[in-house]
Amino acid sequence: MRLVNIRPAKGSRILIGAIPIILLLVVYAVLSAARVEANPNDKVLPTFLAMARAAMRLFTATDPRTGDVTAWADTTASLWRLAMGVGIATLATLLLGIALGVVPLVRAALGPLVTIIAVIPPIAVLPILFIALGLGEASKIALIAVGIAPFMIRDLAGHVAGLPAEQFVKAQTLGASTWQLTLRVALPQALPRLIDSLRLSMGPAWVFLISAEAIASDVGLGYRIFLVRRYLSMDIILPYVAWISLLAILTDWILLTISRRAFPWAHGGGH
Amino acid sequence: MAPILSFEDVWVEYGEKVVLERVSLSIAEGEFVSVVGPSGAGKSTFLRLVLGQEGPSRGRVLLDGTPLAPECSPDRGVVFQRYSVFPHLTALQNVMFGLECAGSFLLARLFGASRKAARDEAAQMLEAVGLGHSLDAYPAQLSGGMQQRLAIAQALVKRPRVLLLDEPFGALDPGIRLDMHELVGGLWKEHGLTIMMVTHDINEAFKLGTRVLAFDKRRHDPHAPNRYGATAVYDVKLDRKAKEAGPPAELVAG
Repeated sequence: MRLVNIRPAKGSRILIGAIPIILLLVVYAVLSAARVEANPNDKVLPTFLAMARAAMRLFTATDPRTGDVTAWADTTASLWRLAMGVGIATLATLLLGIALGVVPLVRAALGPLVTIIAVIPPIAVLPILFIALGLGEASKIALIAVGIAPFMIRDLAGHVAGLPAEQFVKAQTLGASTWQLTLRVALPQALPRLIDSLRLSMGPAWVFLISAEAIASDVGLGYRIFLVRRYLSMDIILPYVAWISLLAILTDWILLTISRRAFPWAHGGGH
Repeated sequence: MAPILSFEDVWVEYGEKVVLERVSLSIAEGEFVSVVGPSGAGKSTFLRLVLGQEGPSRGRVLLDGTPLAPECSPDRGVVFQRYSVFPHLTALQNVMFGLECAGSFLLARLFGASRKAARDEAAQMLEAVGLGHSLDAYPAQLSGGMQQRLAIAQALVKRPRVLLLDEPFGALDPGIRLDMHELVGGLWKEHGLTIMMVTHDINEAFKLGTRVLAFDKRRHDPHAPNRYGATAVYDVKLDRKAKEAGPPAELVAG
């Protein structure tokens, strides 16, 4: 049988998917055990036990200086910045993306501007944001929003403009005004796509968040990682990376579930 | 009786390219006009003129004696070959859409008693096209023929002066197509509709229509194929005898 025709069954697929992950963990365990045996003070490849101890301390012990549990303070600070940045970007996308997609006049007026803004690397704008908005929360939130909004706006505008012209004609023959067809035809069909592009943008959003936190912050997941890097504290960095990944997976799952529940017609049309 | 639609020396040109030229005809209330002709002969442009998707370059198109604005409006309903229904609305919501737009300017949604009235009217219309059992189905759950039934119900609920059909059965299986002929023929008689249908199928045109318009170019310049536009070269009202005789040989060959 040809390789392209071999399709694993559902049960074995999970098993096949788990093998590389387990393999990676085993290889890491072996390597770290070897290093720790050679040098008990090795910091580069900490054992899982050492990481668990460090994580335990970060997630339960109160920092005497701030009075907070470090990991939770970092998590809430980062998630708040992320939510604000992504929220602003989503709102901007909803308003601008749909307007660009539905109204040719808006597309003619603002399309070139959005295209120009989209090609600017957001990190290059970070100094401007720091200068204009200060080193506080606003500049970090702004970086996330500025970083992901242009892509999302262009994606949504393209999607809305690409809806079959027949639908817009039909809506008009049913008496819909520009506002009514925006509200009842364009908007509902834009929402599942908006969630899709939001899911794709979460990766870059995290990158911008961690970059901003690494450069100027006093709390946050990215701040912590870059802080302890100075002491080669891989036992903190690795659990933090795993924690960030877990948060990212969880966010993605929540967005997908919302989309499936709210827009069954967009996911294969079934109830 | 005054014609419902009249074309007064209508031309449609795109720059150098002439699509339609010297179209002068009028359509009376209650007619079922089939529009046929080879590809690129301006059938669709003719329909788009009536629909208001574009305006004539010269001449006038009058609906009930008033010149048409080049914009779609609810007095002309339409069913396209595809994409006529909204995929994100159920069958019932699709039909209610037109009623909701008229009833609520700001939200395009009705509530309470007016919602119930619109719902009942929409359900009745769906019943009439044979979709009474799929009120809550999304279009993706309906077959091609059922989607076209839905599109027809959606258009008819607005009681348009003219119903425009743009190759409405082109994508359907032959068997389903016959069912649809029956449905459209029945609705036309029952509601006293005025219908204009563009079709590729000459037999369909003669079977359903009370009048057949064939578009083609009267003049042809081999060195400049876009120099001359198409016009209605064949315009016949079909009585029973003509219907039984079927399409004439020159049209079938074309």
